[in-house]
Amino acid sequence: MRDKQIIYKSPVLPYLLILPELVIILLFFFWPAAQAFYQSFLREDPFGLSSTFIWFENYRYVLTDPFYLSSLKTTFFFTLWVTLFTMVSGLGLAWLVFQLKERETYQTFIIWPYALAPAVVGVIWYFIFNPTLGVLPWVLSLFGGNWDPKLLGKQAVLMVVIALSWKQISYNFLFYLAGLEGIPKSYTEAAMVAGASRSQIFFLIIRPLLAPTTFFLLTMNMLYTLFDSFGTIHNLTHGGPNHATENLVYKVYADGFIGLNLGASSAQSVIIMVMAVALTLFQFKFTDKGGRA
Amino acid sequence: MKDRIGLIAIRVFVIFAILVMFFPVYMTFVGASHSMTALLKKPVPLIPGPYLLQNLKIALLAGTRSAGQFSASGLTMLKNTLIITLGITSGKLVISFLAAYALAYFDFRGKEVFFWMVIITLMLPLEVRIIPTYEITAALGLLNSFPGIILPSIASATATFLYRQTFKGLPEEITEAAMIDGAGPLSFMVRILLPMTRTVTAALIVIQFIYGWNLYLWPLLITTDPGLHPIVVGIYNMLNAGDQQAEWNVMMAATLVAMIPPILIIVTMQKQFIQGMNEREK
Repeated sequence: MRDKQIIYKSPVLPYLLILPELVIILLFFFWPAAQAFYQSFLREDPFGLSSTFIWFENYRYVLTDPFYLSSLKTTFFFTLWVTLFTMVSGLGLAWLVFQLKERETYQTFIIWPYALAPAVVGVIWYFIFNPTLGVLPWVLSLFGGNWDPKLLGKQAVLMVVIALSWKQISYNFLFYLAGLEGIPKSYTEAAMVAGASRSQIFFLIIRPLLAPTTFFLLTMNMLYTLFDSFGTIHNLTHGGPNHATENLVYKVYADGFIGLNLGASSAQSVIIMVMAVALTLFQFKFTDKGGRA
Repeated sequence: MKDRIGLIAIRVFVIFAILVMFFPVYMTFVGASHSMTALLKKPVPLIPGPYLLQNLKIALLAGTRSAGQFSASGLTMLKNTLIITLGITSGKLVISFLAAYALAYFDFRGKEVFFWMVIITLMLPLEVRIIPTYEITAALGLLNSFPGIILPSIASATATFLYRQTFKGLPEEITEAAMIDGAGPLSFMVRILLPMTRTVTAALIVIQFIYGWNLYLWPLLITTDPGLHPIVVGIYNMLNAGDQQAEWNVMMAATLVAMIPPILIIVTMQKQFIQGMNEREK
């Protein structure tokens, strides 16, 4: 924090300036978060008429619920594969495009999926993967394959991973390309003069220098798979079949708004809150500051 | 020579990758240009058909014919999306700009606390406070209303910090000159700071426009009136048309309508978009 600027003096004005943001934050962020915390210790009847304080009973219930444990596993699985897949292909594409003079043109043709709504991504891929009229099931059937993501959980999971990754590659590409452009030319030129091959330059010089970008993208991809995946899952699978594609966030929604189990849903919210705090702190640590819209 | 062949190979591979990425959007276009009968036939149509304009017309003017929930036309939903997007974008920019100005140029009690409160909002995405946020929005009587969709979505730590950082990076001579000219704090803000942060504002507009256009979970929860649905939510309702076979051709036409504006924004304002993304990393 660099406070060299001239500081205006006024007893009231600064408070008026922060007031709108303060009101929004208090009403829609802090109060609800506190409520979620509070409700996670209560048992409420579905009509909200009475509630009992039950300590950690909701947490015990949630953490022993087999569906919760399986949604933890699903979340982990989604995160692992989406992160791995998008980082590898984002870096690969960025490295290739970086070699070319007409970089910006290619960039334009690669970044556009970032603009798509997660929900729209779900609809598009459901059209492609739809067992009755989708193109991929049809192609698969020509080779004798059987495609039914409405019955087969593994296929539904695969479908979600593909859809989530497809959108996120452009994000990884963009930051890796920016990272590559930030590496001084003299490094790679010196290596070239010394007779290093392209792949040697990539693995021995470039990759280590991109470590900060990699850490940043690692957390951003995890946050993406956890928090921005709802629309995609909601349109593709509704969390099904038989809860196979429910991640933690989807389950909060399903338990809270469809199952109307407020206590259990709040306990899950608090658990996700802890994860969000951990991820954000991790991000602060490695990139100084964080940032989500 | 060897290098040139290498570069050609790279180009071929990159173009191939781009085509693969583009394939789902191409299929959306194909789906939007056929009749339902054609879409249900095998082999699955892979080239565009003659019904694109007709499907677009149905999507924009009539919506799908399915019974039950869905009744708003595509045009109504586009209008809703536009209201929501503009409301969120301008709301985020205005309250962040004001708060950042206070943080950068004033000394006041509670400044540190406020600063940290803004940071903490980064750790409280909607998904972790979803039911209580719904409850308080209901208590304020804002369910099924545009303010109910917009207001809870306009706090932005990113925009606040980006503005604050930009203010702090401005040359000191500017504030000094303004002081000597006798500019008060408000005229300084409007006449000097506002124009001087144009590029940051442009970058933020691109990013927040896309955020607002694509907002899904929140409007899905708090609007039961289809007349208020943004187009992204409307498409979900078409997909879940109940007993009837979903009208995929009309739905794909609506999907095209929903995805083209944000793509155009990113492509035409690529410079601002990339600047905005990179600033967020800092």
